Amino acid sequence: MRHHAIPGYRLLLLITGVLTSAVNCPNTGDRESDRESPVLAWYVFAEPSGAFRGAAKRCSQLAGGRFTLVLKPLPTDADQQREQLVRRLAAADPDIDIIGMDVIWTAEFAEAGWILPWPAASSKRVSMERLSAAVESARYKNRLWAAPFTSNAQLLWYRSDRVKSPPRIWHELIEKAETFGSPGTLQLQGQRYEGLTVFFISLLASAGGSVLDESGSGVALEEAPTVEVLSLMKKIASSPAADRALATAREDQARLAFETGEPTFMVNYPFVWSSSRQNAPKVAAHMAFARWPSINRHHLSRIAIGGLNLGVNASARHPGLAFEAAECLASKANQVIAAKQGGLPPTLETLYDDPEVRQRFPFADSLRETLREAVLRPRTPVYNDVSLAISRTLHPMRDIDPVTDAKRLRKAVARALNSEGLL
Amino acid sequence: MNPGGRDERRLGWLLCAPAVVAMLVVTAYPILYAIWLSLFRYDLRFPDHREFIGLANYASVLTSEVWWQALVNTLIITAGSVVFELVFGIALALLMHLTTVGRRIVRTAVLVPYATITVVAALAWKFAFDPTTGFINGLLGLENAWLTERWSAFFVIIFTEIWKTTPFMALLLLAGLTLIPEDLVRAARVDGASTWQRFWRIILPLMKPTVLVALLFRTLDAFRIFDTVYVQTRGAQDTETVSIVGYNTLIVRLNLGLGSAVSVLIFCGVLLIAFLFIKGFGASLHEQREDRP
Repeated sequence: MRHHAIPGYRLLLLITGVLTSAVNCPNTGDRESDRESPVLAWYVFAEPSGAFRGAAKRCSQLAGGRFTLVLKPLPTDADQQREQLVRRLAAADPDIDIIGMDVIWTAEFAEAGWILPWPAASSKRVSMERLSAAVESARYKNRLWAAPFTSNAQLLWYRSDRVKSPPRIWHELIEKAETFGSPGTLQLQGQRYEGLTVFFISLLASAGGSVLDESGSGVALEEAPTVEVLSLMKKIASSPAADRALATAREDQARLAFETGEPTFMVNYPFVWSSSRQNAPKVAAHMAFARWPSINRHHLSRIAIGGLNLGVNASARHPGLAFEAAECLASKANQVIAAKQGGLPPTLETLYDDPEVRQRFPFADSLRETLREAVLRPRTPVYNDVSLAISRTLHPMRDIDPVTDAKRLRKAVARALNSEGLL
Repeated sequence: MNPGGRDERRLGWLLCAPAVVAMLVVTAYPILYAIWLSLFRYDLRFPDHREFIGLANYASVLTSEVWWQALVNTLIITAGSVVFELVFGIALALLMHLTTVGRRIVRTAVLVPYATITVVAALAWKFAFDPTTGFINGLLGLENAWLTERWSAFFVIIFTEIWKTTPFMALLLLAGLTLIPEDLVRAARVDGASTWQRFWRIILPLMKPTVLVALLFRTLDAFRIFDTVYVQTRGAQDTETVSIVGYNTLIVRLNLGLGSAVSVLIFCGVLLIAFLFIKGFGASLHEQREDRP
């Protein structure tokens, strides 16, 4: 027994050592930051081009030593970003200062008290001249909760060597795609995830419907447009022009397929443009763009807006400085760089006329037009649940039964709004 | 009982007390707290709207198609993996038991998959089955996107589970094998029993208790499967297991009440499995004790 005692004692020492060092680390960090300038942590998705890192560095320099911004990269998948953030925010983690928020999180984070409302003094500055849908996405209950930084919306991409003028409505698009014969001519997102919800909401808004009523607390899903949209989704998915793997296709699968040169049409975000330029120059040479097709001739299409807003953690140690830093990050200079370097569409409307931005986005006019009339995904604190309810009910699209599923959808969304039941 | 014995008993209890307290704190408290939480409508996003709702969360879970579908999926994975693990486990245990040359190398080689972290194993097989990065399609001359369809996804998940935990099964069964008296097997051989008869009539019946323990352990583990499914499909293609449902409700939706109800139901499932096994297993133990005077 005796010879066991010594390693055991050593092990104990080691464990104690590790534990105390782990406990000590943040403390020493704090002491340093109190003496010098505070370090503000910006939690945002890992942006590959380095545009965000550059923005953080620039704002730290501009602050002249009052604060230093550090970037804390999150996963690129929005669901995983949220999963990591909400656990820490619910536990009132003070180590997060600025949050790079997907436009759909505003209501949830604000209602839970995880982010601070934007100070009235600078609210106007961070929303001025910005796309109104982007500003609306950062508002909840008549207050601004975040600074709109980047934006996003889907366009219709097509092959100009095969199609002279892009189809304006969905039925024309399907008909046209079917003339090419091969499956996969039309690329879109059909996996059971947020992308399917976006597809449904965009179609529904184009048909004049909405998921929630105006108060945001009840189900709308008006019968006529919902059934019309569900029939269209079924028609798209069972068309011979649809991809065989539609039920598992996300944005990236659609992009990769388009880059092979086989497909003629694709609905997707603008990142596909620079990507095909790099990966498939031959395809890119014939790649053209247009606004999303609409449902009928009377109304133009309305697309769900995406993008990134910057909010401040309610438990942050230096909220005042964090607001200042977030305002700097979302400023014009950084939006230009995010657009040029990272290919992220700006929220400042005037930048769509900027020659540098237009060089990166030849489709700037179509994109601005789309964004001006963009629609918001339902603004409810349980958006995550509502989205799950939609994507689960409508997947796979080819098995949709328009009338029955319109009823199932209403029921599922109602349950989600009451946070009842499993999803 | 004499006074000295009583004192010793008390000392015994006192000496045990710290361990018992530690056990209660780390296991009983969370379990009871989960049961308590499951009786509330409690969502971390609306901390102020917490209210007592009795068994409504359970009703909500048990009437949901999601739960029953997940339960069926879990049982498919459990049955599929445990059956094959048992067969391969016995084969490997015999191999480890009978090898005379390079025994250590054989035993080490067999145990390598078990030493691999589950997430790493799941990712490795995910890449192996991937149509672009993987070698499986090339090996079999197929062009399958394995994880995009329900049954092939189940196959990959079950295959990973079998690869990963068969060594554990083999190790437990090896312990059972070493307990079988050599003389008995030799006597059977002298009496003219063939290898097959010796295995089927002597070795296997004597290993029954070990087999049941091994099966119980693996069934309980397999029923709670999470990491392999999370890494490989995240529950897509209808491969969601009960643990994934619990995770989605608790961690993704932050619905503590409903999520705790799911956790408690999983716990009940585990208890039920343990109970059924111990009933069957207890009888067989009993038989054996009666056999031996």
